[in-house]
Amino acid sequence: MSTGEKFDAIVVGAGPAGSAAAYTMAKAGLSVVLIERGEYPGAKNVMGGVMYGRMLADLIPTFAAEAPIERVIVEERLWITTDDSAVTLGHKTAAAHGDIPNAFTVLRAKFDRWFASKAEEAGAFLIPATVVEDLIVRDGKVAGVRTGRPDGDLYADAVVLCDGVHSFLAKKAGLQTREIAPHEVALAVKEIITLPPEVIQERFNVGEGEGVTIELYGAVTQEMGGYAFIYTNRDSLSVGVGALMSHFMRTKVTPNGLLERVKQHPLVRPLLAGGQVAEYLAHAIPEGGYRAMPRLYGDGVLVAGDAAMMVNGLHREGSNLAMTAGRLAGETVIEANRRGDVSTASLASYRRRLEESFVLKDLRKYQHLPEFVDRHPELLRIYPGLVNLAVHEMLTVDGMPKRDKQRKIWKAITRRRPLWRLIGDAYRAWKVMR
Amino acid sequence: MKLEEKLFLLTYKHDKQSHITIRDNNICLTKCGDQWGRPCTTFCPANVYSWDGEKTTASYENCVECTSCLTGCPYHNIDWRLPRGGYGVQYRNG
Repeated sequence: MSTGEKFDAIVVGAGPAGSAAAYTMAKAGLSVVLIERGEYPGAKNVMGGVMYGRMLADLIPTFAAEAPIERVIVEERLWITTDDSAVTLGHKTAAAHGDIPNAFTVLRAKFDRWFASKAEEAGAFLIPATVVEDLIVRDGKVAGVRTGRPDGDLYADAVVLCDGVHSFLAKKAGLQTREIAPHEVALAVKEIITLPPEVIQERFNVGEGEGVTIELYGAVTQEMGGYAFIYTNRDSLSVGVGALMSHFMRTKVTPNGLLERVKQHPLVRPLLAGGQVAEYLAHAIPEGGYRAMPRLYGDGVLVAGDAAMMVNGLHREGSNLAMTAGRLAGETVIEANRRGDVSTASLASYRRRLEESFVLKDLRKYQHLPEFVDRHPELLRIYPGLVNLAVHEMLTVDGMPKRDKQRKIWKAITRRRPLWRLIGDAYRAWKVMR
Repeated sequence: MKLEEKLFLLTYKHDKQSHITIRDNNICLTKCGDQWGRPCTTFCPANVYSWDGEKTTASYENCVECTSCLTGCPYHNIDWRLPRGGYGVQYRNG
């Protein structure tokens, strides 16, 4: 490739959003460059580990036969914890998942490499180990990118920014005009803990290729807004915990200390016994939601995925929003390309496409949640405590009549949280989640 | 398990030049010390930042590029840039 060459599109970042965009455009015959700063796609990319099939199948219908899937999720568990107990809830299904698994675990270093290779097969040109340092702007229009390589200027009609959380390029494009606030970002740390597949299957009560997710709320996050998780991979577990940056800053809890406490929780420890830590990972997660999103497009430029705050934290979704947004960005550019017009007005259909999809519908639904979690971390201590207290009391058979038990439980609850506050909390929670 | 041992498990391609600069140590000493107690020394998951009583030191070689310091420094006093292409942490699992 010679310097100054011009393409139909440049995609920055080979994560789920970037590879989806590059794949979509290359498949339609556009000339596409996909630039990745890691030595290989996935080298810098971290997530808890659960991905969703439908949005990937929208791009690659036969992915299940070839993608590096760790385990197909057949059971999801929710643990509401205190320091030494948990009330648990879950859903397990024996129903066949068909050709498209609903949810499955992945290891991103492997998955992202595969996904980017699909974009390459479709005709995209992958340039790894390359940082985009700046955008080339001509007459107010994004006309290309300046990479860190010597003579590394590349030009294109459209540039799709998929450079992740804290996108430098969305700022440079003028799409992100303010600093992201500490309550709009979570910090998560996790470990890959290796265990033999048979041990995982026995411990989590699943068959070969099947997996479990566990989300832990309550005491495990030490009064910070967030949750911990355990996800099963083929021969390892992804064990991690995340909380809002604003809460890490205030509490001075260290992320590694928090994770070590989770691993020592009496209900968690037996699941990890005998495992070897293979890798330690950390990443920021954009949790600001709808109200913290940048403008989604400009003259010759679009933004998708984490770079555009496309995470639904409550539902553990992110990579699926990224893939759908990447695909829609790609489709928008394809249309603009055929019209020969990549101006702001022409790219405006990107937003409309997102509005019509689950991406912006879901983000809008939960637009007040990030602020709520930031302001009320105490609820994640109080309510798990109350739930555990109530259930523990009901299950303790000590000769006390059940009606007396109910009274005792109610008294204990209202002593810790008066009735008017319970009603207020319920109302506020309903308001941000309805 | 200690953090140092965990970081030791990671694969890095080290650059000779740092991608992290503290803009103004005076802010760490005065404003941040008084108001915030220098949170970068606790929230950084790779222990990059340490305070020696006079200045904040950034051990950039440890950085796992989580980008939390971009929002976590209350004074935006950390100039964190992307490591040069191909350098920095290289996750094998992710």
